[in-house]
Amino acid sequence: MELEAAKMIGAGLAAIALAGAGVGIGIIFGNYLSGAMRNPSAAQKQFPNLLLGFALAEATGLFGLVIALIILFAF
Amino acid sequence: MTTNPMHQFNIYRIGPEVNLGGIDISFTNASLFMMLSALTIMSLFFWGTRKKALVPTKIQLLAELSYTFISKMINETAGLKAKPYFPFIFTLFMFVLFCNMLGMLPYSFTVTSHIIVTFVLAASIFIGVTIIGFLKHGMGYLKLFVPSGVPLVLLPLIVIIEIISYLSRPVSLSVRLFANMMAGHTMLKVFGGFVVSLGIIGGWLPLSFTVALTGLEILIAFLQAYVFAILTCIYLNDALDLRH
Repeated sequence: MELEAAKMIGAGLAAIALAGAGVGIGIIFGNYLSGAMRNPSAAQKQFPNLLLGFALAEATGLFGLVIALIILFAF
Repeated sequence: MTTNPMHQFNIYRIGPEVNLGGIDISFTNASLFMMLSALTIMSLFFWGTRKKALVPTKIQLLAELSYTFISKMINETAGLKAKPYFPFIFTLFMFVLFCNMLGMLPYSFTVTSHIIVTFVLAASIFIGVTIIGFLKHGMGYLKLFVPSGVPLVLLPLIVIIEIISYLSRPVSLSVRLFANMMAGHTMLKVFGGFVVSLGIIGGWLPLSFTVALTGLEILIAFLQAYVFAILTCIYLNDALDLRH
């Protein structure tokens, strides 16, 4: 296989990491919603934690994107 | 050239080339936007705190709002003992926020979409927090790497994992901000390219997507500045009182 083609495939494979981020964000928001439905008075207090969890989960997927960009542009 | 979504991250020189001992320190568009965001923050607080009216004007309200927002965040995550570090965390938050927000303007440059900028911020936080920890607890700060209640057999493994996770803090802190900013702006450019290539008939769908994504990106720009500041608070809390 040519190096250029292998690079493209590798970068595409690295983007699979975003699937995990999608699952994580879904779990965070789903659980927040179900918790907020059960106890609406406590929901407002946990909103910063929700945002923190969202950002942390999204970042792990973006690490995969960084790997893809390193494969494409740095080598 | 303009269709390349990576073109927006180019750094180019503004004005003459300045060399200091082989290092290129000339004025670039990145330094221009850093200065712009610093100037915006300074003028916001200059105009916001000039009159100190009881019924605040809009600018004063903005200044007070951001102050109480960060002050409350520090109180909740790190407690009263982190109060002396409020100016640093506030400056950090405002700088990252304004760099992100100025980057959302069309044809502008996002400073935080370059890993070297975010890595310098994160590395200085990491070094500073480590120094604070050692000053506060002496060699006892190393207890951070030895969690209590772990069986003796597992302890060597856990200590190695804790050390690696501690050392990867600056990397994860900087890559998080950089990757979010870069991915978001690249995505906006790619969708903008779809609008052009699909033309007047098919271009409306990606155009509406671009509008929605711009809204999302503004949210992310705020969120990432917030997360950067809150993680700094959490690291600082680890250094100020050893709990685990």
